[in-house]
Amino acid sequence: MEVFLAWQWFHRLGSPRWFYQKTGAWLPWLALASAVLLATGAVWGLGFAPEDAKQGNSYRIIYIHVPAAFLALAGYYIMAVGGAIGLIWKMKLSFAVMRAAAPIGAVLTFIALFTGALWGKPTWGTYWVWDARITSMLILLFLYIGVIALGRAFAREQVADKACALLALVGTVNIPIIYKSVDWWFTLHQPATIRLTKASSIDPSMFYPLLTMIAGFYCFYAWTLIAHTRVLLLQREWRTQWVREALVEEK
Amino acid sequence: MSMLDAPTGRRVAPGFGVLFKTELLLALRHRADIANPLLFFVTVLALLPLGVGPEPALLAKMASGMIWVMALLATLLSQESLFRGDFENGSLEQMALSPQPLYFAVLAKSMVHWMVTGLPLALLSPLLGLMLNLPAAGYLCLFFSLLLGSASLSLVGAVGAALTVALSRPGLLLALIVMPLYVPVLIFGTGAVQAAIDGYGYSAQLAVLAAYLAAAAALAPLAAAGAIRISTET
Amino acid sequence: MEFQFATLADFLAMGGHGSYVWASYAVTIAALLALAIYPALRRRQLRRELLRQQRIERRRQVKRTEIAEPA
Repeated sequence: MEVFLAWQWFHRLGSPRWFYQKTGAWLPWLALASAVLLATGAVWGLGFAPEDAKQGNSYRIIYIHVPAAFLALAGYYIMAVGGAIGLIWKMKLSFAVMRAAAPIGAVLTFIALFTGALWGKPTWGTYWVWDARITSMLILLFLYIGVIALGRAFAREQVADKACALLALVGTVNIPIIYKSVDWWFTLHQPATIRLTKASSIDPSMFYPLLTMIAGFYCFYAWTLIAHTRVLLLQREWRTQWVREALVEEK
Repeated sequence: MSMLDAPTGRRVAPGFGVLFKTELLLALRHRADIANPLLFFVTVLALLPLGVGPEPALLAKMASGMIWVMALLATLLSQESLFRGDFENGSLEQMALSPQPLYFAVLAKSMVHWMVTGLPLALLSPLLGLMLNLPAAGYLCLFFSLLLGSASLSLVGAVGAALTVALSRPGLLLALIVMPLYVPVLIFGTGAVQAAIDGYGYSAQLAVLAAYLAAAAALAPLAAAGAIRISTET
Repeated sequence: MEFQFATLADFLAMGGHGSYVWASYAVTIAALLALAIYPALRRRQLRRELLRQQRIERRRQVKRTEIAEPA
């Protein structure tokens, strides 16, 4: 019985209309939570967290760099899972989530790369270093761009959805291999002048603001992903009555 | 009993043999398609010293990396036409509908693709190594790493080719979606040659390339088969 | 826990690394804002398109009824 109910819920969730109507109420709360968390984390990290003994104040970029990099990677898996569910259960909503996740993930990857470069200048003396993690991020950006470009190339959305889902899945299988190989490549070529601080134990006074920012980025991600998915659904279900009602009534 | 008569479960790879022979025959008849990637490979590598200067030491340092990057591009160039002809004359759809698993069809096509691009590239590599002043210790390793690595490239590229076959001009898009997936092969391929030049053992890198090939042979045709089904959907 | 900087100028200077830190935060905020605003803009665009279509349809209907029952 419970299993049956769970499945009913699952199928209802697959309906674009149900998703649109259900998630409308969540958006303000998610927006509020992400705004509060991000603002708190940023002020805390920028002003109240102690200065790093080695890097000085430039380390404060960590509070956006690390959460963005976290979500850039997690976003790829979310996109791939969305694609997989779409392929297996032929769920329209799931494909929409996948397509919405691609540009969000690409922007987050860009943020991680950009802040990484700006962090690199005072730390290593140069904007771009072929560091293992930065290089991996760059390849992740290419993977995202590949999915976006492939999706745009097809005239028919249904074919584009499936093709993107497949590419995202292939990318998911490859990401760990790419990361490992880039890591190995980096240890091989690591120049003597660049000394990366090992993931040493971070002091709680620096860690709590980071945790706040990570939570804030997660909330922000959830919020934008839902919002982008909703607007994508409106566009895709353009011909249906509920979209017309939703568009005319609200606002 | 001919191979076409019995598509039963008795055979390990139904349809593979016939398709492999046909594809190889077709590929060998289109000599220009085989020659073009190789000529591209040689031409671009001949341009390299014109760009960076002819100092032997500099060329020696860059040789393995440049040869590998060019091998990547040459494979990619020829990848676009992998399913193109079959798609245009409708036989790709026939293959997708036939009772033989598409997996083996893709595997056969990828293997033939490797035989007409990767294999000649590997055979040509000593000549290019000579032109670029590759240190003597690197030749054998370059040959073997290209031999193993290019097979992976053919298989992974087949997924991209299958995804983009329905598009009218897929060239650059194909490069965009496939290139990031080529990264591990490039890293371990050049890593092996560098290790050989530096006088270290390189069997570990070749083993990784072989492992990647094994995984690619198992998974890539599956993904490409799925992509063909998506592309041939009407 | 206390504020780490003595003056506002110190805070902005970030011990000489101010430009890097603030540029990072500025670009991040701009990118996040773009992500946040896009759905609303797109929605408004869709809404306008729908209203336009409905206006055209209504006008057509009025014309049709005029032709059917000439005054």
